Amino acid sequence: MSAWTLVYAVLLYVAFVVLVGGVVYRVAIYAMTPAPLRIPTMPAPRTRTGVAMRMGREVALFASLFRGDKWAWIWSYLFHASLLLVLLQHLRYVFVPVPAWVVFESPFGSYAAFVLLISLVGLLGRRLMIARVRFVSAPSDYLMLGLLLLIAVTGAWMRFVGRVDIVGFKAFIEGVMALKLKPLPASPVIMVHVGSVVALMLIFPFSKLLHAPGVFFSPTRNQVDASRLEAQAEGAPQAADAERGPRTPAPAMREGVR
Amino acid sequence: MSDIEVPVLLDYVPTPELHPGAMAGLKPFKASPEHQAALGFPGTLVDDWQEVAIRRLGELVEGSRALRVYLDSCVKCGACTDKCHYFLGTGDPRNMPVARQDLLRKVYRRYYTWAGRLFPWLVGATDLTKEVLDDWYSYYHQCSQCRRCSVFCPFGIDTAEVSMAAREILDSVGEGQKYCNEILGKVHKVGNNLGLPEPALRNTLEGLEEDVKDATGVDVRFPVDVAGAEVLLITPSADFFAEPHIDGLIGYAKVFHQAGISWTLSSQASEAANFAMFIGNREQMQKVAMRIREAAIALKVKRIVVGECGHAWRVAYAFWSTLIGPFDFLDPRYPRPQHICEVTEGLIARGALKLDMSANDDKVVTFHDSCNVARATRMGDRPGGQFTVPRSVIRSVCAHYVDMDPSTIGDRTFCCGGGGGLLTDDLIELRVKGALPRMQALNAVVQEKKVTHMAAICAICKSQFTKVLPYYGLPREMVVSVHQLVGDAIVLGAKE
Repeated sequence: MSAWTLVYAVLLYVAFVVLVGGVVYRVAIYAMTPAPLRIPTMPAPRTRTGVAMRMGREVALFASLFRGDKWAWIWSYLFHASLLLVLLQHLRYVFVPVPAWVVFESPFGSYAAFVLLISLVGLLGRRLMIARVRFVSAPSDYLMLGLLLLIAVTGAWMRFVGRVDIVGFKAFIEGVMALKLKPLPASPVIMVHVGSVVALMLIFPFSKLLHAPGVFFSPTRNQVDASRLEAQAEGAPQAADAERGPRTPAPAMREGVR
Repeated sequence: MSDIEVPVLLDYVPTPELHPGAMAGLKPFKASPEHQAALGFPGTLVDDWQEVAIRRLGELVEGSRALRVYLDSCVKCGACTDKCHYFLGTGDPRNMPVARQDLLRKVYRRYYTWAGRLFPWLVGATDLTKEVLDDWYSYYHQCSQCRRCSVFCPFGIDTAEVSMAAREILDSVGEGQKYCNEILGKVHKVGNNLGLPEPALRNTLEGLEEDVKDATGVDVRFPVDVAGAEVLLITPSADFFAEPHIDGLIGYAKVFHQAGISWTLSSQASEAANFAMFIGNREQMQKVAMRIREAAIALKVKRIVVGECGHAWRVAYAFWSTLIGPFDFLDPRYPRPQHICEVTEGLIARGALKLDMSANDDKVVTFHDSCNVARATRMGDRPGGQFTVPRSVIRSVCAHYVDMDPSTIGDRTFCCGGGGGLLTDDLIELRVKGALPRMQALNAVVQEKKVTHMAAICAICKSQFTKVLPYYGLPREMVVSVHQLVGDAIVLGAKE
């Protein structure tokens, strides 16, 4: 067994712990930090269900970004969607035996690599060519795109161009997961691919990649528009608008109480 | 008026070329030691300001989930970069919302994140130098906290939260802004932003009673400190004497009079505005708001109604429950608190007001959605009521109404350019340039739809437009209060 096997196995263990531990720690801090004042961006939903749908539109469709910048939306939506497909395809290295749905998804995940590449070039191009975006970009913004490009290029190369010992690599991963190390195939491409994935995992909890868990904790998006209901004691009659004359309060208003 | 380069109005607002540093020199007057002391802030820059500022930043981040998540989450996608009226009007890249946030974010990263401590050059983290502090003072006083950027941010990052925090830090090291802090002092000392003492207030209101009597022959009252009245009206003090605000106040009085609702103002809380929100100081905000709760209890009113004031309505609608609630002592049959437009709209819907629309036949009216009302509050019981309720009121009293370009109204409305504590003459260049997107949209309907008047429901918007319209070649008289239109159309004494 080579030293590389040991190095990469250790790297994967460390990266996993840092990623999971770091994100859990960060999320716990977000959850424990108080948000005393109501600041939803209005118009906001009046019920928890409505807020769940608003959040769903943000996470699944990037609804606000769509309103804000169509090109940014196109590139980032393609990027995230293709990344998701590619990640699902990689579940074949995790599950033994490979579940049927992963087998079914596999071709989609494979060809999504090209979309991933194109979208990353698009995102990088925007960052370089639009003066406003260039102005607010730090070296780390370029490095993260570079890292993702490196991952995508090496991954696509292994899948569509060169031949690597993928069976041996799967055995290595199984070994890592079972805590019984098996040799890592001596392929520079695999090493670069896995090495950059490890780097990205290590960066995640310390960088802007925290936007992934962060969006769920954004008070402007996850708060119910219920300030006036909170202004009264529990169980008090609902605020109708008596100016219009007597009427029964709308059911939606009742749900709005936290 | 001549030394400001006023932007030319085109058919659209072009996204400007970047002019780095274009507005770097712009700094509002600093608060005097007396203004600072009145609010419990250090009078001048403290010796260990760097330490104090960094500590205060940490405390604020620990106390605000919004601030913490927003400082972590920005991916620099650029969606907000062309959304701020101050950027569109000045071209200074530091007025792009993300760049404005970054002024604080780079310091937060340096002192409170591993990445910034270990690799500052990599992640754009910097030490808190005097130069950075000066940038904060300059650029966090070029944000009107209108939250237009937050609408388009994929994570809802709210630059207002960041700019409020920055101003709180500046106050904590002794670098307060004169305009806001002097006004807050007046609220505590006299009861309102304008420093109008009770005898002067009573005098003004008596004068208004005479004016209305002369004009209509009807005794419309403007009561102060009447215990047992049904409604306590909380309104911006500009309504007591400035044009066009005062015509709005006359409108409210006519509505109450005609509906037979007893109401009163309070000399103790003769101000709806709460400038403590602008400086991001929660203790001050609570203190200013508490006057109103106390006045309502002392006067034994059953309802609190808020007049035409944008950020006051935000504080009342969104923050009062946390700051001074619950409102168990108020009549549960009405929203607590209630906006004057909700009152009027409800009365009109019930047929309680007799209106003569022909009184406004000489006008073609459009409506400016005030930023705080649009993006931080609601009216009525449906999402978006903050857009439909005032329009419904206007349409009930004006035959000729048109909206401005859809991308400049509703939740995409542009700030007037004077919000967030920037309505001061030492920032006039910023105010003129920041008004550009609204002026462009207004000019378009003036040219194409023959619009003659723009109605607003915010004292800051009204004052700002009155001041900047002439710079763009538009008459200042075209700004009106929504309740001026209502007041003019009400047929007094028609229904008893």
